[in-house]
Amino acid sequence: MSYACHLLPVLDQGEDEHEHHYEMSEYEGARARWCPGCGDHSVLTTVERLLAAEQLAPEQTVFVSGIGCSSRLPHYLRTYGFHGIHGRALPVASGIKLHRPDLNVFVVMGDGDCTSIGSAHWLHSLRYNMNLTVMMLDNGIYGLTKNQTSPTTPQGFKSNTQPMGSFLPPLNPISVALGVTNASFVAQTAEWAPAHLYATLRAAYHHTGFSFVRVLQRCPVFTPTIFQRAVQDASNIALLVHDDGVVTPGLDAIYTQQIHHDPHDLAAARAMAEQTDRIHLGVFFRDASRPRYEETRRVAPRTRAERVQLLEQEFTRYAV
Amino acid sequence: MLTASDDAVVTHVPPTVLRVPEHTVEIVSDSGEGAQKCGQIFAAVSAKMGNGVWTVEIIPAEIQPPARVPEGASGNRIRLGSRPITNWGDRTHLVVAFNEQVLLARHRVDALADDAVLLIEDKWARSDDPDIVAAWHSAMAELSTRNYRIIPIAMEDACLAVVDNPRKGKNMFALGMLAHIYDRDMTRITEQIAIAFRKKSEDVFAQNVALVELGYRWAEEHLDFSIEIPAIASHVPLLVMNGNEALGMGAIASGMELCAMYPITPATSVSHYLSEVFERFGGIVHQAEDEIAAAGVAIGASYAGKVAFTITSGPGLALKTEFLGLAIMTETPLVVVNVQRGGPSTGLPTKVEQSDLLAAMFAQPGDAPRIVIAPATIEECFHVMITARRLAETFRTVVMVLSDANLATGVTPFPKPTLDEHWQAAPLDISPIRPGQKPYGWDPDTGLSERIIPGRAGGMFTLTGLSHDEGSKVAYSSGIHQHSSAMRSRKLAVLQSLLTPPRVYGDNTGDLLLVGWGSTKGAIEEAVDRARAEGIKVSSLHLRFLSPLELGLKDIFSRFAKVCTVEINYSDDPDDPYITEENRRRGQLSMLLRSATVVDVDCWTRVPGEPLRPGSILDAIRGRVPRGGTA
Repeated sequence: MSYACHLLPVLDQGEDEHEHHYEMSEYEGARARWCPGCGDHSVLTTVERLLAAEQLAPEQTVFVSGIGCSSRLPHYLRTYGFHGIHGRALPVASGIKLHRPDLNVFVVMGDGDCTSIGSAHWLHSLRYNMNLTVMMLDNGIYGLTKNQTSPTTPQGFKSNTQPMGSFLPPLNPISVALGVTNASFVAQTAEWAPAHLYATLRAAYHHTGFSFVRVLQRCPVFTPTIFQRAVQDASNIALLVHDDGVVTPGLDAIYTQQIHHDPHDLAAARAMAEQTDRIHLGVFFRDASRPRYEETRRVAPRTRAERVQLLEQEFTRYAV
Repeated sequence: MLTASDDAVVTHVPPTVLRVPEHTVEIVSDSGEGAQKCGQIFAAVSAKMGNGVWTVEIIPAEIQPPARVPEGASGNRIRLGSRPITNWGDRTHLVVAFNEQVLLARHRVDALADDAVLLIEDKWARSDDPDIVAAWHSAMAELSTRNYRIIPIAMEDACLAVVDNPRKGKNMFALGMLAHIYDRDMTRITEQIAIAFRKKSEDVFAQNVALVELGYRWAEEHLDFSIEIPAIASHVPLLVMNGNEALGMGAIASGMELCAMYPITPATSVSHYLSEVFERFGGIVHQAEDEIAAAGVAIGASYAGKVAFTITSGPGLALKTEFLGLAIMTETPLVVVNVQRGGPSTGLPTKVEQSDLLAAMFAQPGDAPRIVIAPATIEECFHVMITARRLAETFRTVVMVLSDANLATGVTPFPKPTLDEHWQAAPLDISPIRPGQKPYGWDPDTGLSERIIPGRAGGMFTLTGLSHDEGSKVAYSSGIHQHSSAMRSRKLAVLQSLLTPPRVYGDNTGDLLLVGWGSTKGAIEEAVDRARAEGIKVSSLHLRFLSPLELGLKDIFSRFAKVCTVEINYSDDPDDPYITEENRRRGQLSMLLRSATVVDVDCWTRVPGEPLRPGSILDAIRGRVPRGGTA
């Protein structure tokens, strides 16, 4: 593999991992402790499948998360993981990527994590457009803290904090993401369509830039029925298909509603994101030409001796 | 006073040369009239000529406050001496003011010596606006209550010989007057103008030089005095800069490569400096979307490789708190620079205070031991960053560097550091881990462990802010939390055991020991010198390490009849209503020292929104120790 670490001189480039073929099981970490039936299990398995398909070296891969049920995911993988604080996965991931562009950096957040407490970082990270693969596991509820309304909770849904029903229409994360200047990859998939989930995450990984994927999920305890219509009747789902987006031929028989959508068409993407009659799954928008912050900010590395020499020169500007 | 000042404008009498060991001069103006530029150039040239120099900025709260109002006073105060100058001193001896309102501001805060010489632009007395004329006369009346020598000067009129818009040029005219009064080297002034205006055109440079020469000739022809402060050339090469520039250069010398920040006064100028030069050194300044993200980016970078740093001031520190807890819990090295200002809340954004000590140490839910160090001088601002990076890496924790607005904007010369490339971190080691190596392989005695960074084969683990064992596995038993808490805490005791006991300034025994930290060192030691000259048995101790505290304090304290901290933070006065021995809220260092040593440490603290004056500290000493010893 190639090390793209331009910020830092590197002592030892490690063993040559081409000699080793990673099996899916080699990415498994601790036994997952999510509730039976939780969509997070599906995401975890799909992620392991992706890692194996891409043969990513576990030591070159970092999963960064915040706090919440979904943010436990790094513990269940055998890669490097950073299980940080609520809402702040993206700044941490950005710091890792800025300093070590050679690492494969994935981010896992929940809906409260990303769209509520971490919303500032979410918007700005979309704009920084650093090369991160970002999953927002959206089950429309705070699960770990036991059933509180999140920004994506359906209006009228009763929770422990809004027992009369959620007061406001839910925030639309896809519309928000598509509204941010310099966003470069915005997609939506669903935990109950594993083939589509896999194809979408793989497309996200292959996109160079900030790839934002909203994964629609059900919480088996608190929101088991929020996507009932779509789960039971595939005609409530429209797949966005395009060679530059996601193509899942195996699903054609199930999802007959298909829209040929060019992911470069931002206006069409925004219009579709606003439609609430059906759920759209697929790549709404993709533009690989948008500037990436870590590339824009890349600087030539310096050795210790060079730095000393340059600082001596700098001192002359301040000499008495 | 107005008539008396006319005496100053003479042409044929040889000027009186006042030879003094030190002198303090101020240039004050409305914001945007360039007084600071004038002061900075004057100070830099004085330092280059071998004088001791300490400069402080006089800063209004707004960027463009209304013209001609006292609260808009902006400028520089420069204390010059034959010996090294360590603080801003007591009062100003000579002022150049561009209007009478900003001069009044300085008068009203008791900044001016009773016999100060005031050189003031007098065009206001001839204004077409009767309100301005009235304000001028009212100000002169107020100023005449003191023994100032007021010298009205038509500066802008004189500048018309060189420029069309003298409002923009009179700062250089003022610089020329000062150059004559203090006999500054005009060649060095020209060189310094070239540096100060390096981003401007050649025409601007030439015009500024012409204005300086004009001011010089005017002073030569019209003023009846000059001031001589003998300079002693340094035997070692010196650098001259402010504390924030020193912090930035220190960060470069430490080999750190990422500064993540969000704009906040008075810390931001560190990033201004670094933004200009850091990329040449292989580093970047990342301006994050907020203070929290700045901490997160620095932690992410540190986790992935070399120690990174973030810079902030009080309100920003408050926002970063949760992330600092994460760094401490996960033993991720991080350097946090807090350039303190007045608080709480928005407080006094541009003014010095030392009120963040306890926040720096304790602002955290749960037990979160971290290292807190405070540079005492601008020179130490450079070296502290090298120490901080190394401590952060060695002890795998947060190192908080507490500077303040006094160091941030103060300018003074110091010996040029002898650079050592070993101050910098080694290149990253991403070799496979050793068999059995764990992410928190705590040495049971010291709590120290070697961290594992991504890229090291076999080392994969998930770092977590949840309580965890040495393998970073989430802890579900109370025993693990007890042990890991002990391991994180033990590191501070280990660090303390490695410190050298601090040196007492003055005798090792006496009636009173003053204890300070941070930027007050120069003022405290000057006050101690003056008190000792009066026969008072007082010494002082200045702490750099605040967490852990320095070694042997209890023993040092036992050799003095009284121990008293001197700090720029709030404490109740024992004589205030309702205040008792038990409910008195004490200075922050005082609280720490009482807790650590069980010695009855008193405090003398003030929050004047300006650096402490040595004369005020001297008064406090006299109040605690009557002449001839303890009563």
